[in-house]
Amino acid sequence: MTFWEKLMNLDRRWIYLSIAIVVVIPAIFSFKVPVATTPEVKKIFNFVDKMEPGDYFYLGIDYDPSALAELDPMTYAILNHAFSKDLKIVIGCLSQFGVGMAETRLAEIGAKYGKKSGMDYCFLGYRPYPAICILTMGVDFRVTFPLDYYGVPLDSLPVMQGIKNLMDVKGVIDITAGNVADFWITYGNGRFGFPLALGITGVMSADYYQYLQSGQIFGLIPGIKGAAEYEALSGFETTGMESIPYQTLSHAVILLFIIISNIGYFATRARKGR
Amino acid sequence: MKKQIPIYFVLVSGIVMVIQYFVPSEESEWLFTYANDWVIVIGIFALALGIWALLKTEFKKLKKPKEAFYAGTVLFGYFIMVLTGLKREWREAGTLHMDLFDNILIPIQATIFALLAFYVASAAYRAFRARTVLATILLLTAFIVMLRLIPLGPFSAINQTVVSWILAVPNMAAKRAITMGVGLGAIATCIKIILGIERTYLGHD
Amino acid sequence: MAKATALILLAFCFAGVSAQDAAVDTTGPPLPAAPTNVTVADKPDDTGHGVLVRWHLSADDGGGLDNVLAYEVCRADDAEGEYVNRGVSVKGIGEYEDVDKSPTENGNPNPGYIVTGKTYYYKVRAMADGPVYSEFSEPGAGLAIENWYHFGKTPILFGVIIFWAFVVYFIFKARKGKEFYVRPLAGINAVDDAIGRATEMGRPILFVLGTGTAGDIATIAGFTILSRVAKLTAEYQTPVLVPVNDPVMFAVSQETVRTAYLEAGRPDTYKAENITYETAMQFPYVAAVNGIMLRQKTATNFYMGVFHAESLILAETGNIAGSIQISGTDQISQLPFFIAATDYTLIGEELYAASAYLSKEPVQVGTLKAQDWAKAVLMIIIIIGAILISAAIPFIKDLVTVNI
Repeated sequence: MTFWEKLMNLDRRWIYLSIAIVVVIPAIFSFKVPVATTPEVKKIFNFVDKMEPGDYFYLGIDYDPSALAELDPMTYAILNHAFSKDLKIVIGCLSQFGVGMAETRLAEIGAKYGKKSGMDYCFLGYRPYPAICILTMGVDFRVTFPLDYYGVPLDSLPVMQGIKNLMDVKGVIDITAGNVADFWITYGNGRFGFPLALGITGVMSADYYQYLQSGQIFGLIPGIKGAAEYEALSGFETTGMESIPYQTLSHAVILLFIIISNIGYFATRARKGR
Repeated sequence: MKKQIPIYFVLVSGIVMVIQYFVPSEESEWLFTYANDWVIVIGIFALALGIWALLKTEFKKLKKPKEAFYAGTVLFGYFIMVLTGLKREWREAGTLHMDLFDNILIPIQATIFALLAFYVASAAYRAFRARTVLATILLLTAFIVMLRLIPLGPFSAINQTVVSWILAVPNMAAKRAITMGVGLGAIATCIKIILGIERTYLGHD
Repeated sequence: MAKATALILLAFCFAGVSAQDAAVDTTGPPLPAAPTNVTVADKPDDTGHGVLVRWHLSADDGGGLDNVLAYEVCRADDAEGEYVNRGVSVKGIGEYEDVDKSPTENGNPNPGYIVTGKTYYYKVRAMADGPVYSEFSEPGAGLAIENWYHFGKTPILFGVIIFWAFVVYFIFKARKGKEFYVRPLAGINAVDDAIGRATEMGRPILFVLGTGTAGDIATIAGFTILSRVAKLTAEYQTPVLVPVNDPVMFAVSQETVRTAYLEAGRPDTYKAENITYETAMQFPYVAAVNGIMLRQKTATNFYMGVFHAESLILAETGNIAGSIQISGTDQISQLPFFIAATDYTLIGEELYAASAYLSKEPVQVGTLKAQDWAKAVLMIIIIIGAILISAAIPFIKDLVTVNI
């Protein structure tokens, strides 16, 4: 095998090793990468920022632990931003395996701002069948969740007085890694027309720009980069901004290997042409 | 007759639910909620079947010497998680159940998800070659989009604008076209199921 | 704008208070003129618990004193009864939707509940800076009616009827013996060769139905292909492994494969343990399938159904195992991964069309043609609509707009 053919048929373990090395580098030599903010993230930031203390919005923490690396930063950033502004939040979880994780995040960030469940936020917990949940929450939260996650009737919670359904909140921000986003668009915004924004994984983001363009969602936080943008805007920097150097370096390595494989391909083709 | 009853049932219920979609009355809403409730009920029965099948398979593997250790580990994991999480208070933060969940399950799932980073690199290395005109366009587009995370100084702003345009215009146009095709295909498949032309979901033709 | 918002919030503070008790300020800022011609009509396309209140704007809204900020809408059960605030509408908008479907609130009777068929009386007054209010308008009366047809969804109904008409026509033509041309799909054509490869190598075939549910259309399409593949593997006596992640899918897969073996005349070679329920969680399921691929060294992998982030992990692991891979999904975000990492991909609707390709039944192919013609009609509507809307003629846009 010639050098060029070897270049074209590199053992995949070299690629894995290179990715492993570049992912370790930022952990040892930490550095910051500037992040340019995009309009779709800014719209969500403005939505939260422009609310007055005491205003309500619904936050859907609809992902399970497998996606927490990408979606946790945006959850943290939004919760920090909202609690720092004394906003009231109704939180639901339509992901079967994410409810414990969601509760941990809420308790942690809520405690930081002295926010209490039932007084400043209401954690509804989990119910199956997202489409049905969204449809019934649009009618009355109490139909889907007669009790909150801690077993307290919603009617006895001070934070839920006067809040009957999704139409009584300023809007919905849903953070998800699966097809729950489609249910929110179809059954939420499509059926009830309330403002809806999504926080999704990077892989899904290309799929959801069409909904942004059609106006079915007013904002989009795409993956870890979107989370880093929100952190940069809100000033609550956590793992989002810390993750950008890792993404930058690994993208650079992937681009390098693409270039190498194409060099090998064209060189091999040229040699065969001779 | 055994084969005909489900097909007639699908025909009637399919047509009823199509009509229901266009009727906004309270009775129609009740029917929609009632039908969806049945989905939950069927799911619960099927869950019991799935758990039984799972346990049966693993217990069977216990008899095979090569697989006994792994099957035993799997069964131990199942029962430990079920037993430690039986009561609501045993599932709160700081309990054994949540510690196992947070310190074993979450890292393992994150590990599998992290494989994607490596696999994207190897898939990109193999697939993004300028073999044909279309492959070259794919290669160049992927290149430009991946560059947005690399600081390019004054070129970052230009790159960001180009990437936003790619995502918002040609990407969106292609996805909408595929979505429309998928939508029509879904309607056609549903019509075939309602009319009984498509019967493989019953397990037979 | 901020002032208007603050005043509207103030107006909400008066909600529930009898409007007749609220004092009309006769000193200080001038009062705006009252709105007129209040009409109350049934809110269309609903369950009968909503009304639409309309009125003519105050003369001081956008003209005259131009001091109107909002309108307060109040309701009573009879013309001389107690009027209660129901809501606020901003200036310039002479319309308000009063909807209340719930007969109870927090366990008590809901006073705002709109009873179907009962006449309600509405009065409207304008609100200006202060706040100061105009006189109330003359009351308008109307009732909510339960609707039995959603007129807003009429474009969808027409679309469904047209599509059904195409389907019926082409099925009719197909039954009469007409042969339709369908373009070849590389992924479908490769199925036979892929199964033959597995047989020659003496290695099993893996069929992955994805991480959706049994009710997803893509999964149902996957069952169709599984049925065909299982029939061929029964004939060639090649094992087919089907790991699933949903209990309902497990039951259907078992039945599908068992029936396929029965139809192939090989019920004795059917092995129930080849169809396994792994787990309901996404990544543990992927780990289980990857383990099967690498341990059993499957020769051919089929990925047909709904996939999410696991698509690339499955495809790359299959690549490592040296399998030939045929994929198909309607999940647009996963298509690029399958296209890059698998040998053949069925894109979106091609997956749904697979049953027609594999069975070659005239009725199935006829439905495929109906789909194609419907797509052609859609393309014509889009092109004409785009031209007309560019010329500021919203005819097609209004025709296809759905008001849900």
